[in-house]
Amino acid sequence: MPMKSYRQAVNEALRQEMERDSRVILMGEDVAGGAGAPGEDDAWGGPLGVTKGLEPIFGRERVLDTPISESAFIGCAAGAAATGLRPVAELMFVDFMGVCFDQIFNQAAKFRYMFGGRATTPLVIRTMYGAGFRAASQHSQCLYPLFTHIPGLKVVLPSNAYEAKGLLIQAIRDDDPVIFFEHKAMYDEEVDVPDESYAIPFGEANVTREGDDCTIIAFGRMVNLANQAADNLGKSGITCTVVDPRTTSPLDRETILDTAGETGRVVVVDEAHPRCNMATDIAALICEHRFADLKGPIKQVTAPHAPVPFSPALEDLYIPGVPKIEAAVRELCGKGH
Amino acid sequence: MSAIQNIVMPKWGLAMQEGLVAAWHVPVDAVLEAGQDLLDIETSKIANVYESPVSGHLRRIVVAAGETVPVGALLGVCAPASVSDTEIDAHVKAFQDSFDWDGAKADTGPEPETAETTAGRLRFLRMGDGDGPSMLFLHGFGGDLNTWLFNQEVVAQSGRTIALDLPGHGGSTKDVGPGDLVTLAGAVMALMDHLSLPSAHLVGHSMGGATALLVALERPDRVASLTLLAPGGFGPAINMDYINGFIAEKRAKKLRAVLELLVADPTAITAEMVEEVIKVKRLDGVDAALKTLRDGLFPGGTQAIDLRDRLAALLCPVRVIWGRRDRILPASQADGVPASIRVTLLDAAGHMPHMESAATVNALLQEVMT
Repeated sequence: MPMKSYRQAVNEALRQEMERDSRVILMGEDVAGGAGAPGEDDAWGGPLGVTKGLEPIFGRERVLDTPISESAFIGCAAGAAATGLRPVAELMFVDFMGVCFDQIFNQAAKFRYMFGGRATTPLVIRTMYGAGFRAASQHSQCLYPLFTHIPGLKVVLPSNAYEAKGLLIQAIRDDDPVIFFEHKAMYDEEVDVPDESYAIPFGEANVTREGDDCTIIAFGRMVNLANQAADNLGKSGITCTVVDPRTTSPLDRETILDTAGETGRVVVVDEAHPRCNMATDIAALICEHRFADLKGPIKQVTAPHAPVPFSPALEDLYIPGVPKIEAAVRELCGKGH
Repeated sequence: MSAIQNIVMPKWGLAMQEGLVAAWHVPVDAVLEAGQDLLDIETSKIANVYESPVSGHLRRIVVAAGETVPVGALLGVCAPASVSDTEIDAHVKAFQDSFDWDGAKADTGPEPETAETTAGRLRFLRMGDGDGPSMLFLHGFGGDLNTWLFNQEVVAQSGRTIALDLPGHGGSTKDVGPGDLVTLAGAVMALMDHLSLPSAHLVGHSMGGATALLVALERPDRVASLTLLAPGGFGPAINMDYINGFIAEKRAKKLRAVLELLVADPTAITAEMVEEVIKVKRLDGVDAALKTLRDGLFPGGTQAIDLRDRLAALLCPVRVIWGRRDRILPASQADGVPASIRVTLLDAAGHMPHMESAATVNALLQEVMT
């Protein structure tokens, strides 16, 4: 299997689905980048080059550069989805999503429900999230908990390039609106990715490590850090199960509860702010259904309740890292370890 | 100095660049028989016992348990007592000095090829060189050319080998037609035509065994010999819990229990192997192809084609190898075959003798090639 970056994996998923289904279109700011300007149309291929090369294959009719008006083109995409296309809209930074909450929360997420199941909205919104890019507080947030909160939306957090390709193909084939979160610090990370198309089902967590002492549940970019922490801890005799839920909505409650119950010790790792995030949600779920199995409190490793700092030194401190995850596990497992 | 024999890190599969010596089963100074359990090796994908490729007196263990070294690195040295310790030290030093430690890791080895044939797109892997007929490997239901990771490279030392992905599997077309043996046999013939092979030694496992058998019956002029490992086509019985479970189970935990049916020792099934199978099953078209093959090959829960009555008509040398602990196809299906067919039953193996008793199977395959 060839090694591919997260960026290549997303690009390949888009290309293969556009080849397979002519209803799939791309739209967003600079997804081609040169429309209506002198020079080549595919001048940018997305702000970080993720959609590069698609406009020359599929043309300007299927790769649409939009004005810098998120409320307009997200609304347009939702309408196009409701009327027969399968748009993949790119909303550069999730931080900018606020200006189109009505289009997402009140329109796209509600069509199926409000029309008695007779309308489908096969819309994908790809968006970048996360800290570590030195892009300051308005370009570095996580915000996936906000979308997870809304019934009618599906929310996807791919943790590596293999996951990104399979989950994006599933997102495009899905008949409901999907918010697809790409961590901007992961675009150059490579793993083995098949050339063929494949879909990874939503709501099926991936157990990336199996151990006896502690269960680490991690989201998005945090999965790799949790794996590293588990590998380090393994050398000192503490073995961990690591769970990547893949999608926060739908959520694979069964795997989370089973793996939590098996070890009785749980650490949840979430890059989002600590209040009302995925860590609190998972902790509440486990407390309600597996309280009797727990050997200690559920530990949450998260960013602090503060904006993402622009200072590189502070930003590095802000992001949950491998040492913090290891420390949480060690504390939970007690002095015996 | 030719009395000194090297034992080196084997290459198990395309992706393997290095391996961890997890444990030695024998102490230094042990007298080895070829095929006996020698050491446990772990790679990023697989963990298995490495059976001794040589017979002789193990004079040195060069890589201790716990160390990771590249493919081809010297693990140990065998030599008779007549070779002095000084000579062995010199031999080891010469090997280590000339070994390309960086190059060994970077070398990814042969890559699979794909060809558009009359049977559609087929992926195959060629290894080895020689003048005699090629040995063509055909995997079983749900497998692919990587099934032969313990065998192909070894046999390739004796001649040309080709491992094929049958339709519906690996990197080959997902179009399996009506899902019958004729379609699969047609793909084998299409590849042989594409590569201009007048004839070949066919090695088939399970469904691939039935496929090889059909090719040999229909086109005896194109088959130099048959080696059938736990082959289909020898009777109606098949464990449909395995076939149905393999298709249905998408989650690691449940799929692992299904895959454990394949082997005598369930610990041979690693988490990585389960994950690889899940990844293959997710590829577009695989699920439909496997279901079509199931319905075509095993309608009503038994094997559709029984070739047993035609075994006597086979003209080429035939060997059947079966694990006595096979839980997919019972080894008793090898009972009562015509006397011209040589039958080898392996005590320690389940349905995967080429993996579970690789050294024994490899010796039989090399015999065919020489």
